[in-house]
Amino acid sequence: MEKEPLLKVAGLKQYFRINRHFTVKAVDDVSFEVYPGEIYGLVGESGSGKSTIGRTVIRLYKPTEGRIEFEGMDISGPMDAKTEEALHTKMQMIFQDPVASLNPRKKVLDIVAQGLDIHGLVTSRSEREDRVADMLRKVGLAQEHITRYPHQFSGGQRQRIGIARALIMDPDLIIADEAISALDVSVQAQVVNLMKRIQQETGMAFIFIAHDLSMVKYLCSRIGVLHYGHIVETGTSEEIFGNPVHPYTRSLLSANPSPNPKVARTRKILHYDYATSGIDYNEGALRDAGGTHRVLATEEEFYQWTH
Amino acid sequence: MNSQNILEVHDLAISFRTVAGTVNAIRGVDLDVKRGKTLAIVGESGSGKSVTVKSIAGIIAGNGVLNGGTALYAMRDKDGNEKVIDLLKLPKKEMRHNINGTHIAIVFQDPLASLNPTMTIGAQIAESMTFHHLYSHAEAHRRTLELLDMVGIAEPERRVRNYPHQLSGGMRQRVVIAIALACEPDILICDEPTTALDVTIQARILELITELQRKMGITVIYITHDLGVVATVADDVAVMYAGRIIEKGTVDDIFYDPKHPYTWGLLSSMPDMDDTSDMLYTIPGNPPNLLHPVVGDAFAPRNAYAMGIDFRKEPPLFKVSDTHYAATWLLDERAPKVEMPKELQRRLARIMKEAQ
Amino acid sequence: MAGDLYKDVGDFEFVGINTENYIDETFASQSYLKDVAGRFMRNKGAIVGLICIAIIVLFAIIGPSLTPYKYYQQDAKSANFAPRIQGVESLGIFDGSETMRTSSKSKTVNKYVNDKKETGYEDTYYWFGSDTLGRDIFTRTWFGTRISLYIALLAVAIDVLFGLSYGLISGYFGGKTDMIMQRIVEIISGIPSLVVVTLLMLVLKPGFLTISIALMVNGWIGMSRIARAQMLKIKEQEYVLASKTLGAKDAFVIFREVLPNVMAQIIITSMFSIPRAIFTEAFLSFVGLGVPAPMASLGSLISDAFKSLTAHPYMILPPIIVLGVLMLSFNLLADGLRDAFEPKMKEM
Repeated sequence: MEKEPLLKVAGLKQYFRINRHFTVKAVDDVSFEVYPGEIYGLVGESGSGKSTIGRTVIRLYKPTEGRIEFEGMDISGPMDAKTEEALHTKMQMIFQDPVASLNPRKKVLDIVAQGLDIHGLVTSRSEREDRVADMLRKVGLAQEHITRYPHQFSGGQRQRIGIARALIMDPDLIIADEAISALDVSVQAQVVNLMKRIQQETGMAFIFIAHDLSMVKYLCSRIGVLHYGHIVETGTSEEIFGNPVHPYTRSLLSANPSPNPKVARTRKILHYDYATSGIDYNEGALRDAGGTHRVLATEEEFYQWTH
Repeated sequence: MNSQNILEVHDLAISFRTVAGTVNAIRGVDLDVKRGKTLAIVGESGSGKSVTVKSIAGIIAGNGVLNGGTALYAMRDKDGNEKVIDLLKLPKKEMRHNINGTHIAIVFQDPLASLNPTMTIGAQIAESMTFHHLYSHAEAHRRTLELLDMVGIAEPERRVRNYPHQLSGGMRQRVVIAIALACEPDILICDEPTTALDVTIQARILELITELQRKMGITVIYITHDLGVVATVADDVAVMYAGRIIEKGTVDDIFYDPKHPYTWGLLSSMPDMDDTSDMLYTIPGNPPNLLHPVVGDAFAPRNAYAMGIDFRKEPPLFKVSDTHYAATWLLDERAPKVEMPKELQRRLARIMKEAQ
Repeated sequence: MAGDLYKDVGDFEFVGINTENYIDETFASQSYLKDVAGRFMRNKGAIVGLICIAIIVLFAIIGPSLTPYKYYQQDAKSANFAPRIQGVESLGIFDGSETMRTSSKSKTVNKYVNDKKETGYEDTYYWFGSDTLGRDIFTRTWFGTRISLYIALLAVAIDVLFGLSYGLISGYFGGKTDMIMQRIVEIISGIPSLVVVTLLMLVLKPGFLTISIALMVNGWIGMSRIARAQMLKIKEQEYVLASKTLGAKDAFVIFREVLPNVMAQIIITSMFSIPRAIFTEAFLSFVGLGVPAPMASLGSLISDAFKSLTAHPYMILPPIIVLGVLMLSFNLLADGLRDAFEPKMKEM
């Protein structure tokens, strides 16, 4: 990749202090880059820190440590008005829960137009309505839905409204935080197709946060695998799925149920337990496994796993 | 009743009275569950898969109305004598005392909600056994340790005194399975038991269930929306949509030779690991609102292969083979010949090769 | 009819559902407010409460103008007259007579019409009777109701405006801000309100405004706690986060995103606060810390009538009945609203 990264995260740490004795290290020294127009996947299970990374990047939280650069601007510390404006318009987020992500007391028109209202991007009521109607059409919803309330829609339709809300701002980067996890299988496919189509038409970049490996492999060109707040392996889709090196990645892949009965039945599951494995993520560094493929390991571990 | 079957459901019809009206949740379901095998019931939200098994286990919500149907259960008592009873006609008290727990047990989706937070897990496992007067307290305790070991919980003597909140999600679900198996039921119903768990934990729980089934010879009914899980655990599959079974067969029938457009859509909605296609083939729209009466095929409005008759008459189950049935007018001899979508054909060819 | 949808298409002819550019149709469903209104209408207790409140408020407005007397109009010679209503008096009740009991005997007396002499009050009608200073109880009762309602509504309005904002802000910002604001609340709530009221009465002149201030000192705390609890619940919801990611300022988020979702609870809590405010004012008036004479409030009326309770029991009945019905009705109304906004069971 010779282009400049759209988003550069370096040494990000996000710790949450519960009380005097206990701090949750949700994100522990994570670094990655997202290039314009690509779909980058963050994969992990619960507790891996993937959602926290998304929320910290969009500055819902203040990072404990580390540096986040978006379009060349530093957004990890206090920001000036211009930087904040760019952050809130050029970077958008789609949330997981279709029920909770839309204000139940607001009409769809007001929900989708919210960004336009806040940043004063429309000058007349009719322009506002037109732009919202246009966006709803783009995501596959009828224009008449503008005056309705969220509870009158199904889960998949609500997610589309959430996408319309993000899309109307014409962002450069969209963070999809488990945006399809709460939907039925056939509806997931609809939303995934929509995201792919948007990406092809507009060249937006996505960060796709998920735990479903098949969807991640299908959608994303580059992937980071997260476990307990660390990126344990990163690379292109082909590199990671074709040649998984880290034992966590390998156990994750083996556990993914295959929709092929004959294969599913005979599959051997690789068990991996961090606590008893003897591995300490804090000791490892990212080692080169060919191309853009990197693995978090100490020298001995790396040697072991690749031979 | 067929001797191979432990449970036969005929013409089940259930509706719910709500403030908004009557919801016809189940509109005629026929199921055969073979003894000692695993049946997977697949469907999305609103398909009625949970309601079907809850009616068999006698735990439908208070506003549910049974509009018809039978659920014949070939019950074997301790001496080996077999008696066929209709579970739907049993009074609640008999269900609770004689069937629930001892013959039919359920594992639900959320292990934290299934366990009593104020009782130790040992007490909860033993409770079932002592309630049904199967064992004395001492024997129940011994068997509790046995069960904990069987479900793969290390150090059972220590864990017996733990409370649910001291265990991880996967371990809690194992405890729930132990409780379900405590009285050695004939039928184990699992209602999306791994949906709330991480995929690595899910894999191990699925492993556990298949192993237990093999060892104890129980019949398992598995409810899920995840086709990957179905492929892993099921012998037979029933696909449900809007309160009816629209296709049923062995797991090979359904995955390698599906006949119903909804099944095609479901299979295509999941990218498999080798998918290089540009777009996923999807079924548009949403499942129907069952508050309104259904005319014709409930799937018709979303069906790219819908014909005139789909909007007028509901298709019956057409026979594809002795094991395989599908409810679609496309199988009628008068219907035009239709092949499944190209992308799905390609994928099936690919996975057939992979299976070699 | 659904079955006629494609009736021109042959049985085994493809209908041609376009799955490429499929535009979704919605699930039709009732609007939220219609749902709430429907549930409320079905609650008989709430409807009864609403009707009673409406009747009482109506009389509070027009009641004093129905009689020729003013609330402060005294007539020493017509003190302690029993109730007398035109028309009904021919039936033998409310005819202006009362039975006076002593330890040895009882005597029926009618101060309006006397066979023996001219009283001068043959054409006077006190519908609820007159009090010890000859003031018409009917007029005073409804005037007093008016005052009680004013005070209660004013107190609740300030509670809502101030308590609501306080609670929302405290809950939203959390951390040190929240800690400080809550400690302040705890300190204020620790001071007994009776002490505060008494001190206020000493410093300021007793009056309508003073007693309203006295009620406000403590009353807003309950509302602020409810508001804060709701805020804590809502502020982590994803639609609030979405607003923040779009760049909404804090004030916008608190008052335009969260507040509309908190309104239901606020309305319910205010409905419950009104009877509490009415009663507190009545109690304060009863112990003498209320509105000054000649103004009346329900509490001061009860307090005055209490002194003549054994001799003239009719004096205490009107204010007590109005007070009781008012409080019960507001409680029924508030209960009904709560059940309408938050149904416990969606099924019958």
